[in-house]
Amino acid sequence: MNIQVDLEEANNVLTGFIRGEIDAFTAPVLRDKLENYQHHEGLNAELDLSDVNYMDSTGLGVFVAFYKTVNAKGGHVKLKGLSARLKRLFDITGLGDIMDIEAAGKGGN
Amino acid sequence: MVQKIESQYKEILNQYMQRQSEQNLYVGQNFSRQLISENTSPEEVISMHKAAMQELYSDMPEEVWHSFDFLIEMMINYGLALQERQSLLKRQEELKVEMDLAAHVQETLLKTKLPALEGLDIGLLSVPARKMNGDYIYFISDQAGHAGVAVADVIGKGLPAALCMSMVKFGMDSLNDSTALPKQVLETINRIVEKSIDDSMFVSMFYGRYKASDATLTYGSAGHEPAILYRAKTREFFELPAKGLLLGVSPLATYEEHTISLEKNDLVVMMTDGVTECRTDEGFIERDVIFDLIESKKDEPAQVIVQHVYDELDRMQNAELRDDFTLVIYKKI
Repeated sequence: MNIQVDLEEANNVLTGFIRGEIDAFTAPVLRDKLENYQHHEGLNAELDLSDVNYMDSTGLGVFVAFYKTVNAKGGHVKLKGLSARLKRLFDITGLGDIMDIEAAGKGGN
Repeated sequence: MVQKIESQYKEILNQYMQRQSEQNLYVGQNFSRQLISENTSPEEVISMHKAAMQELYSDMPEEVWHSFDFLIEMMINYGLALQERQSLLKRQEELKVEMDLAAHVQETLLKTKLPALEGLDIGLLSVPARKMNGDYIYFISDQAGHAGVAVADVIGKGLPAALCMSMVKFGMDSLNDSTALPKQVLETINRIVEKSIDDSMFVSMFYGRYKASDATLTYGSAGHEPAILYRAKTREFFELPAKGLLLGVSPLATYEEHTISLEKNDLVVMMTDGVTECRTDEGFIERDVIFDLIESKKDEPAQVIVQHVYDELDRMQNAELRDDFTLVIYKKI
């Protein structure tokens, strides 16, 4: 059970790459790292999840909280590289309809 | 008392100084356990040692006695650390008692009664992964043949999830309407939950209302794992999808509802992701595996089916439940 979170911010654009598993044990690591940026006014975040091989609902909670805070500050969150399993999780929960997500293997739309 | 311990120590030490045998060391070990149980601090032990040595070997050079004084000083913080550990152990014990109480309160508070309806056999199993259950089942029924069932899963575990659960229960209690349709139920609970919980917490919920008079089930979902329909006639499984956002994310969320007719021996399987997200060392347990488990017991009562699915999944995961597990089966009979 491991997670690696690489975040880089320049000019209010946050680029992130997340690898590993996001579950009840690793989600706090991700949350703490994202929290450093979420209060920036008008933040533009793009997080790549293509190397995330497992995520449970705790991980979903982290992204929803991040999404809500950033949105409230006039920013935008995009999640890309979602595996079929992750995509299903966002679709079932209805979050796929309100958040900007992109499945793996698709170019920008 | 103190003098007695000091003289005992002196005696044990004296024995050891003369023979240095394993037996002497063993006596010393046992004595140290007694000292620990009496909360004797490390520096007290060294003081005792120094006093005993002074009596036994009074002609030692001054430097030796000074060195003991120094050692006593060095041990004082170790003594404090030991005290701290003991008070932490005590606090941990108190917390455990409180958690047990809370789990018991939860169990009582969230107790629900299985509806007894003509033509409907219900099986239910809910097993928490930890002490407090983050899954929740609520039934409501009436004499006119309506049975509502809510299957909810709080994202998050343990105590906060349990507190959130009671919010769903009180929402359902105040609605108190067994004829209410899923759309209305989910929208009402969403408003309650959205107002009261923090950003990273939310609830997924399936709601189904069964009407015995025409054997229909009307269902809706707030971001919940889709229920499964098993058609006995064709022996096929279907997902029952319904669009709808998780509860507690947006006050504006609206919910779909759909209606299906059940025929004899059809099954409706409602569950939480503790069932579908089962993992073994080799990977996820596929849905087909779960379908096979259900089908193999399809002629049994609903309670036998849910127990069988749980037992088998538990076995495949080496009895290591990662998530709360809840399974409800409605069987038309």
